[in-house]
Amino acid sequence: MMDAKPPKGHTPTPDILLIGLNHETAPVELRECIALSETDAEAGLESLSQSPDIREVILLSTCNRVEVLTVTGDATQTVGHIKALLSKTGGIEQATLESVLYTHSGVAAVRHVFRVASSLDSMMVGEPQILGQMKAAYRLATMKKTTGVILNRLLHRAFFVAKRVRTETGIGDHAVSISYAAIELAKKIFDTLEGKKVLLIGAGEMAEIAVEHLARNRTGTIFVANRTFERGVQLAQRFKGQAVRFDEIEALLLEVDIIISSTGSPDVVIRRDQVKGVIRARRNRPLFFIDIAVPRDIDPAINQLPNTYVYDIDDLKGIIEENMDDRLREAAKGERIVDEAVIGFRRWYDSLEVIPTVVALRNKIETIVNAEIEKTLSGFDGITESHRQALHRMAAAMVNKILHNPTLYLKELTRYEAKAITLDITRKLFKIDE
Amino acid sequence: MENLIYAVISLYLLSTACYLAYLFFQKEILHRFGYYILMAGLLCHSISIITIYIRTGLMPVRNLSETLSLSAWAVAVVFIAVRHRFKLKILGIFAAPAALALMIAASQFPRHTGPTKEIFSSFWFIFHVVSVFIGDAAFALACGVGILYLLQERAIKHKARGFFFRRLPSLERLDSAGYACIVVGFTFLTAGLIGGFIYAKSVWGRFWSWDPKEVWSAVTWLVYAALLHERLAVGWRGRRAAILSIIGFAVLLFTFFGVNFFLKGHHGEFTRF
Repeated sequence: MMDAKPPKGHTPTPDILLIGLNHETAPVELRECIALSETDAEAGLESLSQSPDIREVILLSTCNRVEVLTVTGDATQTVGHIKALLSKTGGIEQATLESVLYTHSGVAAVRHVFRVASSLDSMMVGEPQILGQMKAAYRLATMKKTTGVILNRLLHRAFFVAKRVRTETGIGDHAVSISYAAIELAKKIFDTLEGKKVLLIGAGEMAEIAVEHLARNRTGTIFVANRTFERGVQLAQRFKGQAVRFDEIEALLLEVDIIISSTGSPDVVIRRDQVKGVIRARRNRPLFFIDIAVPRDIDPAINQLPNTYVYDIDDLKGIIEENMDDRLREAAKGERIVDEAVIGFRRWYDSLEVIPTVVALRNKIETIVNAEIEKTLSGFDGITESHRQALHRMAAAMVNKILHNPTLYLKELTRYEAKAITLDITRKLFKIDE
Repeated sequence: MENLIYAVISLYLLSTACYLAYLFFQKEILHRFGYYILMAGLLCHSISIITIYIRTGLMPVRNLSETLSLSAWAVAVVFIAVRHRFKLKILGIFAAPAALALMIAASQFPRHTGPTKEIFSSFWFIFHVVSVFIGDAAFALACGVGILYLLQERAIKHKARGFFFRRLPSLERLDSAGYACIVVGFTFLTAGLIGGFIYAKSVWGRFWSWDPKEVWSAVTWLVYAALLHERLAVGWRGRRAAILSIIGFAVLLFTFFGVNFFLKGHHGEFTRF
């Protein structure tokens, strides 16, 4: 079994080992230091793959985690190598590093890889970027030829599991960022955002991201109103929109559908009576205010007016919290899918042992031979028991002779890589796993 | 015939179950099943109605049971049209149970028919009945859409996004579907009433006789006319339109059943039991 010590006498199946740190174990200052650039990662892969104990290796580095996934023949040595590498590239004391690292081996490592790929281990559970980052890390490793049968299989399974988790659970369903939450709401009001006109009042990172997301939904004209007109013009250029003066806002209330406000103004920018005045002229078309400013720009009383909806930053944060709870509930279903996949992988991994494969191969052939003998004999009359036994003896001798060389060959395989591949091929060639 | 009625009821029941399950579990397959099963039910239902017509040459509104059954049929027909046009699958949670309830009610009332008059086979009579029933069914769905609108609008306004927020479509879509139902309902109701007038003229020699049914029909018609007028003139929409379509349907229900049971009039024979 994977975690057990291999029996003496033949090459042990090497162990899967994962060492890393993530947003839960290490503070951001430390993660910043250790995070590897692509060149660092390439160099790291090269140096690690040269140590004799490490047979396969992949390096994953994102802003929330750094992980080294290896297949090793000697776990103690490998752990040492990896720690040395991380402490060197990060410029961190081994002791400090020690306290934030986690080490998983065997089944636990497999489970960890599956969970990371499925975004179950992410800071923002369900965020989709991690899968792409893992694919990139895998691509780099394959380019550097530091992966082999086991990690190839493990990573492909991980990508497959991640896809299943994403499609079969609602883990990525609901918005967990302010701008996505606002868009989700807008879609519940307007159905489609296509052609809807947007007014951005003020500026600010969050508001700008929200406008960008809106623009991606093919909204109509984007107006930008800013106290300093020049700044407004700059922003408008970025969104291919139109800059307007601050005093034009009231007139624009007639025209636009979505208003995002984020000014530093201490007073409200849009008052209730201003909106009330235009409702009739707007023919009651809905109006959606997204107020990201603190203190608020949009008079909250506007929400009481018909066909008018006001959401401020706290409302949006409330939605995000709710959605996050939903994601965590869905994550529990994801864990179940991961569990299944771990069992499947383990079965394959165990099959890489020589003895079970040899036994399974012999069983398979003996079953076929015996069945065929019985089938043939049942067609004859006058067959005595001694005839029958003679035939079985002959068949057994044939099976032994045929299997002699393959068995010897498999048992004598010493190079790890060749062994894994050959065992895998053997099992496929004879369809042993069915 | 009995068997066909029970088949229709079972299919509507199954469809209702699918739609309710869809409301809770949100699995695409459920509403699709609900929709196909409802169509199958409608097919059987149509066969049963046509059979009566062919066998007797009379419009099957000779007693309360048949009248209810025809209402259920109209609801199913209009729902399938609306679902097709607006992709408003969630409306099935109203339409399927409504059709089912009407059918169950229909099966509970005696099905024997009293002496029928020749009038049941007149063209204007049939035109009047079918047109008014389809109009009423459209108004029933408008009422359903209105309720959904109010639920969704409340969720968004009060920022209490609960059970319905995720399950219901956007306000705009609900609003335009409700509007379409009202337009269709109004068109058919108007045509049906005109058919009724022509028929009255041919039978009683006058278009209008201040019968309670006629008066209440006019009231219903005026409520919906007001709703449409406001929408076209000043863009009345959303919450107010939704509330008015619910009120309109309440008035319509009274016109349809209330008048026959509480007031006297020349439509009594359709709801005998």
